[in-house]
Amino acid sequence: MTDNGNPTQGPHEPDGQVERFDTSTALPLDQGHIVGTGGIPEQFANPGLPPHVHRMADHDEGAARRAEKQVATLFGISALATVLFVVCYFAIPRDKFSFIPLVGQANISHVTLGVTLSISLLGIGMGAIHWAKTLMPDTEVVEERHTLRSAEEDRHGAVDTLLEGGQGAQIARRPLIKYTLGGALGLFAIPLVVQLVGSLGPAPGDELYTTVWKKGTRLVRDPELTPVKATDVTIGSVFHILPEGIDKTAYPMNEKAKAAVLLMRLDPKDILSQKELDWGYHGIVAYSQICTHVGCPVGLYEQQTHHLLCPCHQSTFDVTQDAKVIFGPAGHPLPQLKITVDQDGYLMADAPFAEPVGPSFWERG
Amino acid sequence: MNSLAARRRHPAAIVVILMLGLLATGGLYVLLSPKTAQAAVATADDVNQGKKLFLANCATCHGLKAQGTNDAPSLVGVGAASVDFQVGTGRMPLAGPNVQAHQSPKLKYSESEIRDLAAYIASLGPGPAIPEESELTGGNQAKGGELFRVNCAMCHNFTGAGGALTRGKFAPALDDVSGKHIYEAMVTGPQSMPVFNNTNIDKQGKADIIAYLQGLDENKNPGGITLGRIGPVSEGLFAWTFGIGLLIGFAVWLGRKAA
Repeated sequence: MTDNGNPTQGPHEPDGQVERFDTSTALPLDQGHIVGTGGIPEQFANPGLPPHVHRMADHDEGAARRAEKQVATLFGISALATVLFVVCYFAIPRDKFSFIPLVGQANISHVTLGVTLSISLLGIGMGAIHWAKTLMPDTEVVEERHTLRSAEEDRHGAVDTLLEGGQGAQIARRPLIKYTLGGALGLFAIPLVVQLVGSLGPAPGDELYTTVWKKGTRLVRDPELTPVKATDVTIGSVFHILPEGIDKTAYPMNEKAKAAVLLMRLDPKDILSQKELDWGYHGIVAYSQICTHVGCPVGLYEQQTHHLLCPCHQSTFDVTQDAKVIFGPAGHPLPQLKITVDQDGYLMADAPFAEPVGPSFWERG
Repeated sequence: MNSLAARRRHPAAIVVILMLGLLATGGLYVLLSPKTAQAAVATADDVNQGKKLFLANCATCHGLKAQGTNDAPSLVGVGAASVDFQVGTGRMPLAGPNVQAHQSPKLKYSESEIRDLAAYIASLGPGPAIPEESELTGGNQAKGGELFRVNCAMCHNFTGAGGALTRGKFAPALDDVSGKHIYEAMVTGPQSMPVFNNTNIDKQGKADIIAYLQGLDENKNPGGITLGRIGPVSEGLFAWTFGIGLLIGFAVWLGRKAA
């Protein structure tokens, strides 16, 4: 508290009990502490309001007049902008486009209407604030607060009215009504709970484990739904693939969210995984497009690095290493669809997906 | 007829028949085979001019026979379309070693020089040709939009605003790219971009995509700052920084006592 070894009397410093040190020089850590006594006063004195400081405009008539002019200018700007709005509304053709700084080529009518209207509203608001701050009274005023409790007489009266009503309804004398009413009101809560629990929908069953793909399903282009020949897929190509017949299913969009596949052709020499080669067809490989993190469509294929990037959280899969996760939050590699060709040379699935596609879920782990 | 019939067992007959058959198939193949379209027929002179340009400007990296070096890929078989795209958009010659060649408005070569270079590279091996004007027009915007959203939007954004790829690479914005360059990019797959050949997206589909992108270019701004028109990310950022900043400024002004 004091830095020159001159103790002052305070509630925490009973006189003569504290050894004083010259704290202007360095002290060891175990010295120089002041031991308090825990003496907290019963009540702090009300410090009252700070002294009122007058504003320029309160005692200088010139400043007040200046403030008046400033407020009037702000209101004037608003009025001018409003007039300008009306002029623009009628003068500027609605389909005229022209260059506007900061915005570029844009519809000039819309821009001028928006700008003038916002200036007129802003002018009113800023003028009001400036008026209140400079000229309206700013002295602190004490507002007395009165007790909110009603008079004792009124309170008893209210209770009596309630009791009289109960007596008149004979609720105490007729327990049959009392208990059936209680039962009816209590049961009324059940429909609310039943709807909540009952509307959670059916359990997903095996839907999370299966897709439309099965052995023999042809690979078709999205969105044309035309089958793909193995010879169509040149090295460096990427095809967005759906299973044939997906448009005939009950909920094609739901099925697409699970069955979308990305088909790529790599130079077989670039593929490092034997399983990937075996499940592909001469370097044509098909992978689920549904990210194993939270199910975004993984579509950003870089044909030089063979990286597949998910646009949502930047999970990166290496297609040369069986879509191994090489960056980002995805938990496991993208599932590969085993493909082959049918007798007409069209690509088809040789087996369904060997594992559930998309993000992990509770039962899968 | 009789003399022919008499000589049908002549030892030379089989050779004659064989030659005739080969000539017929060869001739038919030349007539009927799918031709790689050339915008302007390249002459030997163009090829020679192109070779000179190549040796003077490109061979340092791509090799004297365009066979590729450690620094640059082989250009044999990339086709005229690839040359026209890379040089015609200012990506080549490369300004400097980087993860990705950048588009540049300042082209290093004139249109005829690019044509010569393309003719020379096309003469090294068959590859995609520069598309003809008729292949770039007449597309259906709605169909193109659908194709674009399936095949292109994951990298280039649904309004063609571009986007980030891995490790500093990016998919460029597609506004004001000419139809020819859009087509060439699809058939050649420059840099990170995969190839979308004509068996994947057919010629009509490519024209549709070009029509969609050119329709986006013609889309006029109805008013206000567009913030890239890429949706809630840029708009949210603007609202949170500028909008809330403005509110805080007014709150401070309101709370301060006037002088």
